[in-house]
Amino acid sequence: MTAKLNLTLKVWRQVHAKAKGEFKTYKVHDISPDMSFLEMLDELNNELIRKGEEPVAFDHDCREGICGTCGMMINGQAHGPERLTTTCQLHMRKFKNGDTIVIEPWRARAFPVLRDLVVDRGSFDRIQQAGGYTSINVGNAPDGNSVPIPKTQADPAFASATCLGCGACVAACKNASAMLFVGAKVSQFALLPQGQPERAQRALSMVAQMDEEAFGNCTNTYECEAACPVGISVDNIARLNREYIRASVCSNVMP
Amino acid sequence: MKLDARIPSGPLDAKWDHCKNEMKLVSPTNKRKFDIIVVGTGLAGASAAASLAELGYNVKAFCFQDSPRRAHSIAAQGGINAAKNYQNDGDSVYRLFYETVKGGDFRSREANVYRLASVSGNIIDQCVAQGVPFAREYGGTLANRTFGGVQVSRTFYARGQTGQQLLLGAYGSMNRQIQLGRVKMFPRREMLDLVMVDGVARGIVVRNLVTGEYETHAAHAVLLCTGGYGNAYYLATYAKGSNVTAAWRCYKRGAAFANLCYTQIHPTCIPVTGDHQSKLTLMSESLRNDGRVWVPKNPGDLRSPNEVPDTDRDYYLERRYPSYGNMVPRDVASRAAKERCDSGYGVGSSAKAVYLDFSDAIKRDGVASIKAKYGNLFDMYAKITDEDPYASPMRIYPAIHYTMGGLWVDYNLESTIPGLFVLGEANFSDHGANRLGASALMQGLADGYFVAPYTVGHHLASRKLAKVGTDHPAFKETMYNAKDRVEKILKVNGKRTSDSFHRELGITLWDYVGMARNEAGLKKAMEKIRTLRDEFWQNVKVLGTGDSFNQNLEHAGRVADFLEFGELLARDALTRNESCGGHFREEYQTPDNDTLRDDTNFQHVAAWEYTGEGKEPIRNVEPLTFDEVKPIQRSYV
Repeated sequence: MTAKLNLTLKVWRQVHAKAKGEFKTYKVHDISPDMSFLEMLDELNNELIRKGEEPVAFDHDCREGICGTCGMMINGQAHGPERLTTTCQLHMRKFKNGDTIVIEPWRARAFPVLRDLVVDRGSFDRIQQAGGYTSINVGNAPDGNSVPIPKTQADPAFASATCLGCGACVAACKNASAMLFVGAKVSQFALLPQGQPERAQRALSMVAQMDEEAFGNCTNTYECEAACPVGISVDNIARLNREYIRASVCSNVMP
Repeated sequence: MKLDARIPSGPLDAKWDHCKNEMKLVSPTNKRKFDIIVVGTGLAGASAAASLAELGYNVKAFCFQDSPRRAHSIAAQGGINAAKNYQNDGDSVYRLFYETVKGGDFRSREANVYRLASVSGNIIDQCVAQGVPFAREYGGTLANRTFGGVQVSRTFYARGQTGQQLLLGAYGSMNRQIQLGRVKMFPRREMLDLVMVDGVARGIVVRNLVTGEYETHAAHAVLLCTGGYGNAYYLATYAKGSNVTAAWRCYKRGAAFANLCYTQIHPTCIPVTGDHQSKLTLMSESLRNDGRVWVPKNPGDLRSPNEVPDTDRDYYLERRYPSYGNMVPRDVASRAAKERCDSGYGVGSSAKAVYLDFSDAIKRDGVASIKAKYGNLFDMYAKITDEDPYASPMRIYPAIHYTMGGLWVDYNLESTIPGLFVLGEANFSDHGANRLGASALMQGLADGYFVAPYTVGHHLASRKLAKVGTDHPAFKETMYNAKDRVEKILKVNGKRTSDSFHRELGITLWDYVGMARNEAGLKKAMEKIRTLRDEFWQNVKVLGTGDSFNQNLEHAGRVADFLEFGELLARDALTRNESCGGHFREEYQTPDNDTLRDDTNFQHVAAWEYTGEGKEPIRNVEPLTFDEVKPIQRSYV
């Protein structure tokens, strides 16, 4: 059994969207290295409640790294120091006794802070609404095996489709760009036969919505790929660029 | 209360067609005059919202998460069943139907299960058309694998993330309808009550979790797709936000709650490590395809697993169940693990775990092949436990994972409240006393894509529904009630956190209403829960205000409902004097510790009716008849 940890936390506190926020410092004691990062925050919150202070608000749900709800900047890194890991799957054994940990919400104009570490990622939903689907009604589907899709094509489509929509890519990017997120969804459908009928329109509409939401542009620093908890590759950004050019130049679809 | 299951007449395989032909239709131009509320946006909710909007209804969808894509269906790993018989291994709709009824220990409705099996193939087609990237063979056809309790390969999957991919498919379909203006999405809203007008469900009260404001919404039908109640146990594989509040409020408005005691304990979860633990993590049952479950032959064997030679290992599932081996249904595998650990053979520091060993599979197929199939699960295990599952066996232990019980619904998925439909895990209908693996995704999507669009239409077309808006007095009254309850929690101002109440409730339920139950324990559980509930209302401490973003308040409200619900759960278990599927009463077992049903006295659904605060609920009974299959003692030997 590894020794328990005593830590100093500097946590962003902000009462509501329009309020002025600030860092507050808290000490936590006897943290088990087997705890997840969020369980450590649970401990802090229980302690705060007992002391009569309002607990720190943070988003979380599945706590098994798949729902994409959790996410915070931990010492300046989206989801913290461990690669390919969501905040809920980060464990305290990655920290040392006596460490100071700075915890902030995602910072991006398109993700306004709602409270403390909670941000509004509705902009991601609106981008998906702009075209992240195939337009097929229930009742119209042909047999699942009617169109064979080679494994070599299905596997990369799956890899793009695993995006959690957590927003770490945006938070990690100095421009707060959403290109990796949009690229992943556009790629999934561009790679599959089912996505072909709306391929050009999808690329144009999703990019237009992305711009409207005030995400920044991509300048190829690849911080997004480094921060992504499921390893979405920057190849998706390259593909998005190709898809966008293809749609703008080679199709008769209007943006 | 009269329970009319409204099962259509005719032979089993013609019932659903017959039902669809008889149902009244709403004409295309009239559909836009009807409003439908969908609460919850998991597989059942998102698919229902999308399909109803495609038909032309006005849909309002609600979820407590920040986005509909976060619902906990997303965490389902292993797969989705469909009777496609793509493997040419003798599968058929009948076989899927039969195995589901048998897997459920003959406590489900034949007609419902048959319908489920018969639409299963359409679900796969629909999802493929949406661009769901299912696993495929090199030739481009869809791949399948096998699951517990089954002797064919009928499970479709997307690596270990099938739920995620199916949910994103349904979310996409719903997004399309949002873009078209036919679905209006309300995220970060918690349903606090159901509004009834003239005995019919006509709307809901929600709290906006960002601003704390109360909102009322009126409609012609309300669909509850709010998932299961497993978080009553605190430690479970559910998402932290999953709760029983919406269903419980509907129960108190007159919807019967059925078969609560059928709770599924999943055999392959990562064991508890300490008191700080906030949830348990499941690893897909598909791991049992290649992993072998064992404990040391000698109790208290402290050698590391790799040092224990084969001769000193007890592969107890293979030993006891030679034909199904490691692939027995979940309830059987879970009980066997508990039995081994209780008898002193458990492994790991807590001695509450068994090994799941892949060394033979790695030797046979190579690391690369195992990685391709289960890579993400192995990574997850390594992250949580800090151990390398490629090098030494995983440790696993059962955990609460799914609840077969839920609000009672008839064949049309309508509850005992007219106009209130219940879909997916929130209803009780299709899995009987135990759900087979890869059937939850199937049921959620069957209800949403292929059943509710017909049956909700029938309700709208056949009942005369007066024009009701949120200015109707029932809306104000219901809203004030909901608000009062929230304010009451804030006023207690005691000393204990809501989390500590939740943990204590969870321990009580796990100890007395867990994998093995008995009369004395269940009575004790009810007593303990009552005491804890009283203390909650005297001593809970919730900070902040009701008119702000307040997660502490949200949680406390859910715990308050779990504290009422938990007692009914224990009561249901106490009154079912038999063992079946996920409900194991120690008094009723076979000589080899298997479930012993009592078909003479308990071949029925128990549906509980609320009678008022502090009053005993009424246990109503819907008899189950089996015309097609003959209930037998389940055997997986």
